Amino acid sequence: MIDISTAVIDFGLIAPEISLVAAAFIILIIGYTKRLGKFCALTALLGIFVSFYYTLIQYGNPGSGFSGMVTSDDFGVVFRMIFLVTALLTILIAQNYLSLKRLNKPEFYALICFSTMGMMVMANSTDLVVMFLGLEIMSVPLYVMAGFARRNLASNESGIKYFIMGAFASAFLLMGIAFIFGASGTTDLKRIIADLSYLSEFSHFYFYSGIAMILIGFGFKVGVVPFHSWVPDVYQGAPTPITAFFSVGPKAAGFAVLLRVFSFGFAEVEILEPTFWVLAVVTMTVGNVLALRQNNIKRMLAYSSIAHAGYILIALTAGGIEGVSSAVFYLIAYALFNFGAFTVIIMMESRSGGTTEFSELKGLLKVHPYLTSILALFMFALAGFPPTVGFIGKFYIFSAALKNGFIWLTLIGVMNSFISVYYYLRVIKVSCFEDSDSEFAPMSMTPALMFVLFITILGTLGLGIFPDQILEFSKTALFAFL
Amino acid sequence: MTLDLVIFIISALTAIFGALMMIFQRNPVASVMYMILSLVSQAVLYMQLGALFIGAVLIIVYAGAILVLFLFVIMMLNLRQTEDMDSDSTPISKLAKFLVSGLLFLEMLFVVRGSYFQSSVETGLLSPQIDDFGSVESVAELLFTTYLYPFELTSILLLTAIVGAVVIARKPSNEDPVEILPFDSDDDEFKSAKAAE
Repeated sequence: MIDISTAVIDFGLIAPEISLVAAAFIILIIGYTKRLGKFCALTALLGIFVSFYYTLIQYGNPGSGFSGMVTSDDFGVVFRMIFLVTALLTILIAQNYLSLKRLNKPEFYALICFSTMGMMVMANSTDLVVMFLGLEIMSVPLYVMAGFARRNLASNESGIKYFIMGAFASAFLLMGIAFIFGASGTTDLKRIIADLSYLSEFSHFYFYSGIAMILIGFGFKVGVVPFHSWVPDVYQGAPTPITAFFSVGPKAAGFAVLLRVFSFGFAEVEILEPTFWVLAVVTMTVGNVLALRQNNIKRMLAYSSIAHAGYILIALTAGGIEGVSSAVFYLIAYALFNFGAFTVIIMMESRSGGTTEFSELKGLLKVHPYLTSILALFMFALAGFPPTVGFIGKFYIFSAALKNGFIWLTLIGVMNSFISVYYYLRVIKVSCFEDSDSEFAPMSMTPALMFVLFITILGTLGLGIFPDQILEFSKTALFAFL
Repeated sequence: MTLDLVIFIISALTAIFGALMMIFQRNPVASVMYMILSLVSQAVLYMQLGALFIGAVLIIVYAGAILVLFLFVIMMLNLRQTEDMDSDSTPISKLAKFLVSGLLFLEMLFVVRGSYFQSSVETGLLSPQIDDFGSVESVAELLFTTYLYPFELTSILLLTAIVGAVVIARKPSNEDPVEILPFDSDDDEFKSAKAAE
């Protein structure tokens, strides 16, 4: 007999994940019962709150366990909170939309819980195997949710495209992990880093190939040019609340891993800096230039999300504590105003047949002046105007880049911000200064949607005017981490 | 000649025979059957080497699950006889076939050379293994101690995949919306398709 009692199971370390999985199980069990079937969303929200509670407990006392595969440092805690808030907002904005489109199935809430749990596993792993499993647990529900409107061709296309491209990216990632394992004999990040200087010539080749493949794999997931081709179609076709989830959650999770692996782990690998430089420039420019030509708001936001990934890559290039903390701050900010923008779109979309063309916005100012000004606020935030948090976020990223001597990169970033103003302001121009020839149907405004709008406006303006608190928070988190 | 050697010769020959017959059969069902034969005899070889776990996995996963899946697909597509495979192959696809199989052959040659003449390759993955490598006990011990967390995560991954597959593939109920909405994009392909209607 083998003694397996030697395995140490530290439940406190993975309690946030466990509570989400438990919520998902309960949803799957009660989902199709007659009496309890309507409590699915509530159960998911409850799971998220319990998970948030356990995450808060972890703040300030980092630990690691499961043979060094999981850590609960403050970096992980910050990202766990981003994911949980994203899931919370997604469920709130999805409920009304799903019942209007008759897609309100219990599995949706279970899949959100599973996907969020996968993101948390990713952000908190220090082992490449666990990181990969987290990525897959995050991605599989996303593929399904992209194709959730089964009778809608665009949604089908979105699901299939995302699935094929995602599987392709996972294959790259797995091959990269195998190469790194072959070169260093371990998948533990800390040990790989420790052995980095002892690698032989022969292993170096495999190590660099492995790093390149891991970068490609995560590049696909966060939508970095040239691995971005799936983003517009998937974002456009998926049901809008799910698009909002896509554009924030997986992106933050991908960047959490990129920051952990590349800014903390392989920071000494010299070739990475020019690689990230090029990727940042190409991603920003391609995203912004292609966004200029879009006539669909969701598609425009898809390209804009590519451009925002480019801004975060600037922070990754800059590296160091300023770089990483500005990246984390920007991800928090981006989550807020991007969700806000999508909420307004959902309010408009669920009333009509479901098109999200620019022409739908015509004459919005006259009918819904408040909603128009809210939409304008989010567009200003996306473009990076003060006093919104979009400005502060970009400011910190560019100052981090300047501090580390990346003058050209900063210049290109600022120029890209100017380009992006055009297409964000176009939304405002169409909704304020163009007259509609057709009548506006009433908007759908439920308490949940209003609540999400309230939170996102509060965050966008509040953090824009008083950013110190969150910035300190993300900086102290990183001191423990670096 | 020991019993071990006799078993080895018999199962090795059966494995090669099964693999060859699998290629030469025209009937896909028979092809799959020969593949199962080949896999089972390969499993015997693994067990003789002491890699009990790999042998068991080969039978359970490959012969048991994957090939049954093959059979299901063949039956669902109702493939009685395969069409003539060579009829529609261009010179390029023929070349690609030879290239891929040649590369696979070279790769195997490298692995065999590396494990047989250990000094010719650097140590690493091809270095000699510990004694009880591949036994069920050692695999189980690793799975339930060091790799406990990834092991449990895998089960959740499989569960999400099952739930997702059910969501996508379940028969639509009456409550589902009936109309199939077109793409709301402005791409040219869709416009021309619409114009053709």
